[in-house]
Amino acid sequence: MSLLNVFDIASSALSAQSQRLNVVASNLANAESATTAGGTPYKARQVVFTAMPVRPGTSGMGVNVTAVVEDPAPPRLVYDPQHPMADANGYVTMPNVNVVEEMTNMISASRAYQINLDLMNTTKSLLLRTLVLGQ
Amino acid sequence: MLNGLDAHLAAPLQALNLRAHRSEVLASNIANADTPNYKARDFDFAAALSGAIGATQGLALARTSVRHLSGAAGLALGVALQYRVPIQPSIDGNTVEMDTELAQFSDNALRMQADLAFMSDRIRSLLTAIQGQ
Repeated sequence: MSLLNVFDIASSALSAQSQRLNVVASNLANAESATTAGGTPYKARQVVFTAMPVRPGTSGMGVNVTAVVEDPAPPRLVYDPQHPMADANGYVTMPNVNVVEEMTNMISASRAYQINLDLMNTTKSLLLRTLVLGQ
Repeated sequence: MLNGLDAHLAAPLQALNLRAHRSEVLASNIANADTPNYKARDFDFAAALSGAIGATQGLALARTSVRHLSGAAGLALGVALQYRVPIQPSIDGNTVEMDTELAQFSDNALRMQADLAFMSDRIRSLLTAIQGQ
């Protein structure tokens, strides 16, 4: 039943996009975290999306988060000699979070989430109409 | 007579099956709008429908070994998926264009509703014939 596969596909997209939103929230919350439990500044994280068949033998491709990678961009150096984490030259290494990029990611993720929800709603009304066929 | 009933409902049934399959393909495109290197796919609905209603079996490949590819016979509903030609491909190799996909999905959903209405009409006319009222 292909129509039921649409639910699997759209829900895989919903969970992938919500993971992306999660990572964006983590990045934005830690945009100013000069240190973490490991003693190094926080590094921005990004999700990696991969298309995967929702079940073997079907052509429907869902989307999966296969990895969460750390952004390899260099940390931001801020001159603040009073800061307890400042080095000998007075520079503090701050996280490499790009706030503009994260906001763009957030808008893209929330739009994609909405569209996939719309998809589910449309499919649901089609299925309901199929159920009352011939009545 | 049962054969006749089957034939009466066959055309809208094939159309509904293909519509459902196409909505699955389009949903895959929309779900993978942000997946790098994903290529949007679709199929020619008119060709698929005339293929499904007219000749039920196309030409099959002659195979000399069971390990040979079966050709079109292994495809879902006998439909060959094709890659969409993007108007503005994105830099990460993704060819999903949300406006095209959404327009096609809504169009497909609307036509599927029409097919459901046709199917309902046929069932109702059969019921009228059976009850004779």
